Amino acid sequence: MAAKEFDIPELPTYIEIPELKEGVMDGEGPFKSSEEFQEPLGFPGEKIDNWQEVAIAKMGELKSKYRSVQVFLDSCVKCGACTDKCHYFLGSSDPKNMPVARQDLFRSVYRRHFTFAGKYFPKLVGAKELDDDMLDDWYNYFHQCSQCRRCSVFCPYGIDTAEISMAAREVLDAVGLGQKYCNQILGKALTVGNNLGLPEPALKDTLLDLEEEIEEETGVAVKYPLDVKGAEILLITPSADFFAEPHIDGLIGYGKVFHQDGVSWTMSSYASEGANFGMFIGSYDVMRKAALRIRKAALDLEVSRVMVGECGHAWRVAYSFWNTLSGVGAGAADEFGQKLQDQLDHRYPQPQHIIEYTYDLIQKGELEFNKSENDDRTVTFHDSCNVARATNMGGISGGQFILPREVIKAVCNNYVDMERSTIKESTFCCGGGGGLLTDDLMEIRVKGAMPRMQALKEVEKTDGVDTLAAICAICKSQFSKVLPKFDFDPYMIVSVHQLVSDAIVMDKPQTDDSDAADDAEEETTE
Amino acid sequence: MADILGAEVDEEGFLVDLKDWTKEIAEQMAKDDDIELTEEHWDVIDFLREYFEEYQIAPAVRVLTKAIAKRMGKDKGNSKYLYSLFPYGPGKQGCRFAGLPKPTGCI
Repeated sequence: MAAKEFDIPELPTYIEIPELKEGVMDGEGPFKSSEEFQEPLGFPGEKIDNWQEVAIAKMGELKSKYRSVQVFLDSCVKCGACTDKCHYFLGSSDPKNMPVARQDLFRSVYRRHFTFAGKYFPKLVGAKELDDDMLDDWYNYFHQCSQCRRCSVFCPYGIDTAEISMAAREVLDAVGLGQKYCNQILGKALTVGNNLGLPEPALKDTLLDLEEEIEEETGVAVKYPLDVKGAEILLITPSADFFAEPHIDGLIGYGKVFHQDGVSWTMSSYASEGANFGMFIGSYDVMRKAALRIRKAALDLEVSRVMVGECGHAWRVAYSFWNTLSGVGAGAADEFGQKLQDQLDHRYPQPQHIIEYTYDLIQKGELEFNKSENDDRTVTFHDSCNVARATNMGGISGGQFILPREVIKAVCNNYVDMERSTIKESTFCCGGGGGLLTDDLMEIRVKGAMPRMQALKEVEKTDGVDTLAAICAICKSQFSKVLPKFDFDPYMIVSVHQLVSDAIVMDKPQTDDSDAADDAEEETTE
Repeated sequence: MADILGAEVDEEGFLVDLKDWTKEIAEQMAKDDDIELTEEHWDVIDFLREYFEEYQIAPAVRVLTKAIAKRMGKDKGNSKYLYSLFPYGPGKQGCRFAGLPKPTGCI
């Protein structure tokens, strides 16, 4: 099908505040979820008749349930610090994509119904009714926010814009206006166990295929164990790692590192997904259901460590929410949460990121690299928003920025950072996060990628950067699609563990296949 | 809802009922995308359909490229070649022509 035509933004030398183009991103928003995908999640199948009443009641519920939402709605003083911080605003010039303006679609309704001034003097305080037009704007513009929280870094009050977007989407789901992309995927994750709907036999054969390929290529029998009871580590990784490029080369890298460490590890066919779109749609209940699959897998497989692969928001959910959602970490009070606490080995971070694991092995000198294997590349690193602004690694301040860079530098000789204001805590979103990685949102995805592409273009010019490394499945897929629109090679995006994979020295015998196979066998059964 | 040669398709152009698929539908979908299906396209489409029949899902990119390499020669077993056949992506456009559901996820 022919996609909608739109202008690809030009890449300026410096990012400047664009001239406003009102209504340029007006529209119907992404495809709506049908009954088939809505009802299994507990949402109405289509827009309900008394939607207004239900929406206001839901807002009231969210306001009481999440203290933060109320604080964020009450405390904005319209200072304007956030206006030019959003990649979607910078790329689209639509004033409703200024974070303050997008939030105000929700805040003005909140004022009307939940504040004294708004109830009695709505016009004086910018309070508005939730009518059909407003609801349409909500659906359209809250799906032009990737919940990346760059604006929040610059907000003097620390207002977390992502939470407002999540709340708005939760209200939309409650009145039957769900987004097809997220809700269809959640249905698969909660029944099959992953976002792709990859059933166990397909997963098993895909992994066997991968083992064959690696052995053919390297002569080393690297294994990708599935459902191995009693393994030490359970790896929870985005299912894109099994399925797509460049992701799969990252999975190959994880396997090689595990192999060199000699640790026993497994993946689970029941919980074969790191991503948790429950966060994107703002639903605590759905997010918990997805997280509980991981707890069940960890208990059933009797693992002592839970590790997360290269997925941005998975690491946010794991790092910030798993403790209370499911008891990976410390916090869940229920019986199974407690049981898992007893089972996990607390000498290790629980959960642990694959980057932390590889970094630790590098620090201990347990991995050997031939860095010259990556000499044909000049690499830069894209900080993924959820990792950068919502998590940590290594337990040191700024570890989430330091560790991935240190891993890259350990395996590559040529590394360059992009401009300071576009990385680390100020990183620009890839443009496809927060549930926006769908073809029907291609226009906003391309426009929103502009600020990241601009910074990349500069290091391409000044330092000859030809490789962009990331640790998020969404970023990798988004970049594969948008890079060519800005005259880059779509194959320049790689997993950090692909760089590891290309440089790691595998010290198992290269010629005697039987030995290598035996060693690996022991590894998975010990 | 829209249809192609009488078979219902969803808003993204994928068949609603996979049983409706015929070669003519694939040809019509390709024509709508300005692509003429060659023998090479059919090799890919046939493999996609066979794989789906066995596993109820589209193959992973690496599985697909390996299979194509076996059938059509090593130089063709890569995603660049597949993209030359299906510019919107072998996963999405190829699956659509083959009558498979759209692969979903962070891909």
